[in-house]
Amino acid sequence: MSVNIKVNNAVKKFGDNTVISDVSLDIKDKELFTLLGPSGCGKTTLLRMIAGFNSIEGGEFFFNEKKINNMEVSHRNIGMVFQNYAIFPHYSVRQNVEFGLKNRKYEKEVIEKEADKFLKLMQIFDFRDRKPEQLSGGQQQRVALARALVIKPDVLLMDEPLSNLDAKLRLEMRQVIRDIQKEVGITTIYVTHDQEEAMAISDRIAVMSNGEIQQIGTPQEIYHRPINQFVATFIGRTNFIKATFSASDQLIKLGDFSFPYQDLSIKEDADILLSIRPEDFIMQKMDEPGLRGIVRDSYFLGLNTHQLVELKHNQQTIEIIRESSLEETTKVGEEVSLLVKSHKINVFSDDGLKNLIKKG
Amino acid sequence: MMNKRKLKFDLWTIIGLVLLGLYGIFLLFPMTNLISQAVRDKETGEFTLAYFVEFFSSPYYFNTLWNSFKVTTAVTAATLVVGTPLAYIFTRYEIKGKGILRILIIISSMSAPFIGAYSWILLLGRSGVITLFFKNSLGITIPDIYGFAGILIVLSLQLYPLIFLYVSGALNNVDNSLLEASENLGCSGIKRFFKIIIPLISPTLFAAGLLVFMRALADFGTPMLIGEGFRTFPVTIFNEFISEIGGDDGFAAAISIIAIIITTLVFLAQQYVTMRKTFSMSSLNKIRPKKATGIKQVLIHVYSYLLVGVSILPQVYIFYTSFKNVQGLTFAPGYSFQSYIDAFDKVGRAISNTLVIPGISLVVVVFLAVLLAYISIRRVSPLSKVLDSVSMIPYIIPGSVIGITLLIAFNKPPIILSGTLIIMVIGLVIRRMPYTIRSTAAILQQIPMSIEEAALSLGSSKMNTFYKITMPMMAAGIFSGAILSWITMISELSTAILLYTARTRTLTVEIYTQIIRGNYGISAALATILTVLTVISLLVFNRISKDGNLAM
Repeated sequence: MSVNIKVNNAVKKFGDNTVISDVSLDIKDKELFTLLGPSGCGKTTLLRMIAGFNSIEGGEFFFNEKKINNMEVSHRNIGMVFQNYAIFPHYSVRQNVEFGLKNRKYEKEVIEKEADKFLKLMQIFDFRDRKPEQLSGGQQQRVALARALVIKPDVLLMDEPLSNLDAKLRLEMRQVIRDIQKEVGITTIYVTHDQEEAMAISDRIAVMSNGEIQQIGTPQEIYHRPINQFVATFIGRTNFIKATFSASDQLIKLGDFSFPYQDLSIKEDADILLSIRPEDFIMQKMDEPGLRGIVRDSYFLGLNTHQLVELKHNQQTIEIIRESSLEETTKVGEEVSLLVKSHKINVFSDDGLKNLIKKG
Repeated sequence: MMNKRKLKFDLWTIIGLVLLGLYGIFLLFPMTNLISQAVRDKETGEFTLAYFVEFFSSPYYFNTLWNSFKVTTAVTAATLVVGTPLAYIFTRYEIKGKGILRILIIISSMSAPFIGAYSWILLLGRSGVITLFFKNSLGITIPDIYGFAGILIVLSLQLYPLIFLYVSGALNNVDNSLLEASENLGCSGIKRFFKIIIPLISPTLFAAGLLVFMRALADFGTPMLIGEGFRTFPVTIFNEFISEIGGDDGFAAAISIIAIIITTLVFLAQQYVTMRKTFSMSSLNKIRPKKATGIKQVLIHVYSYLLVGVSILPQVYIFYTSFKNVQGLTFAPGYSFQSYIDAFDKVGRAISNTLVIPGISLVVVVFLAVLLAYISIRRVSPLSKVLDSVSMIPYIIPGSVIGITLLIAFNKPPIILSGTLIIMVIGLVIRRMPYTIRSTAAILQQIPMSIEEAALSLGSSKMNTFYKITMPMMAAGIFSGAILSWITMISELSTAILLYTARTRTLTVEIYTQIIRGNYGISAALATILTVLTVISLLVFNRISKDGNLAM
């Protein structure tokens, strides 16, 4: 079954406190769509409005053409995976998986067959008669997934499903979720505060902050072309450097250093804010032309080497990441000259609210 | 707009309204009745404060209140002083036979206080065995046990286990690192006990102290038996209400109201203090008991064994006397089962009543408390807040006052219940509800909301979710809570003594009556039966709460 989810102008209030103001989403069929944001940004609240656990103070929610605003939770046909898994502790693994099927009053054979299928799919068939307390975190997670999927829900909702797992299991289950989602082909909304997890798993991401959606896009779009300073900070690491733009000669100026830049949408001179990711600097010997700085610290992380460089013209310390080489060429205290990969940088308005780069 | 309409048809709202209605009929209506009784002239029916004026202008009455306050405060202080160190010792040090001591502490606390009082009279009263022993063989006259001192001793020994249990629980939440940090910073031993441990557990001390205060203040049997000239207000209320000559319902009602005002003030004071002192603790490193050495070890053992020994002594002595020969009303040399045979012959009904009345009450209490706790935790609304406050009212009303309010309200149309089994059940239910709701709510709070949401998302209806998911998960906790309720109900006296009739006498009422009649053998036998019932219930409780297979 193909299901797309539409949210138009959603509003959520707790008393007089508006938690979500005017959020709209259009989630495509079979898409894995992630709500990403810091804690308190409203992502879980929005998910719970879609699930039906939170009342809706404004806006319209649709599964396909069907408006679900006032539909009972039990009639929405959703599969939900909770942060703490919410496995029924008094039921065995099999009983947990069968619970939703029993509520739908299927025949006994159908229930058993379907439960078996998903127990096997999630590789927990061998544990089917165990009580949840005898399972590890990862296994409980698989039970939760099997239980949510076995009822053939129209949509799958996942609320920080990996946050209770240790780092290694998290990577493993991330892959499991992605694979299963593609295999079953179900429209999925995934909530997380972990940007790396979001990028690894999602088809598209909505970055949220303060109850509003900042940007919706593929992981690449969001990483490479963040719409404002918040998104640029929240996704990946970046350096913000104040600069000026000279419209007449299409130059970006940082102290004495300047480089040509033609992709801005503004027509007159302006103060701007550059967002340059640590990997988008090119470090050269000090006698080459470029942005001057002094290496203040350097730490080796295996694949990459991180260096903190103090810029000469404004004493700001920025972070630079380079692939590690066999012998270290720049030392702490050494003066260096920096170039930037100008096609990869982002340029924001002075207040950080707007990306000034021309679209397309 | 939509929400409001949904709210109206929610089954839980209907249940909430029904519960509120029940409280209205069986608690609020009797309470208003009591108030109107207290401020209305009996003949003319006009408004009058005459009863209150009489109470405060007569030293005789006013003294009963002052006495109550004095002895209750003393009891509260004594239990804190005795119980807190015991809990600390039990938590911090290894003690031989700790498990058995703990069971004895609990058993000694679970019996009806007046039985303890009675036993102490047998031991230390004017013709008590210990008194006579000292007088006859040593020629020493020891001070007698009656009056203030007697009540203080009996109630303190009866109630310190509450402090012990509460404080043990709190100490279990104190992280050992805090103690180590304090030692590391140069504060250890006794100094640490007062500077670190006492402040850490002070919210618990206040809460437990309040519980002791309420119990001690409301206790009727102990001062009745051992108080003699030292009259406390539950005794006065009882006398005013029951006595056929000179007794006065209106006056009893007035005293009841004064009593409620006092308990309310104490309750509010405790809430106020606790609110300002509260903080949350979670311990990763629990305090592990370690071995004490030298003189310390000796002192610890002497203290623990002495205290527990003294507090279990009354029960042991009653148990012993129940097997003594009786001649007429008093004991004779030799041993037999005569007392038990007499007991079953004469008052078999009391035993069956003690199973039936608390049994029915228990079912009702558990059923209502589960619903109320669910509403107050999971369906927070203005209605649930009202229910919350109303259901807690009985917590601050002494048992004998509840008895009186029920009698006044239901001995005349439209609802006549006086003398029935139902009124006994209602009395027990109302008194026990606040405790059961709280313990049930605590269990419910441990069940994550998401478990129910998961069931809903899997297509289960609200009621189906409650019965299939929530209830089974709460079952073990509810059951062990129910057993504790059961134990308090079978040893309850202060409400029953007002409400019973010949057909509805319970064991405690019967024991009390037999004691008053001086029928030592039968009362000892009945008290032993009650203790055995209690111990069996405790054993069941231990079994269930330990290997509860629904570990959450």
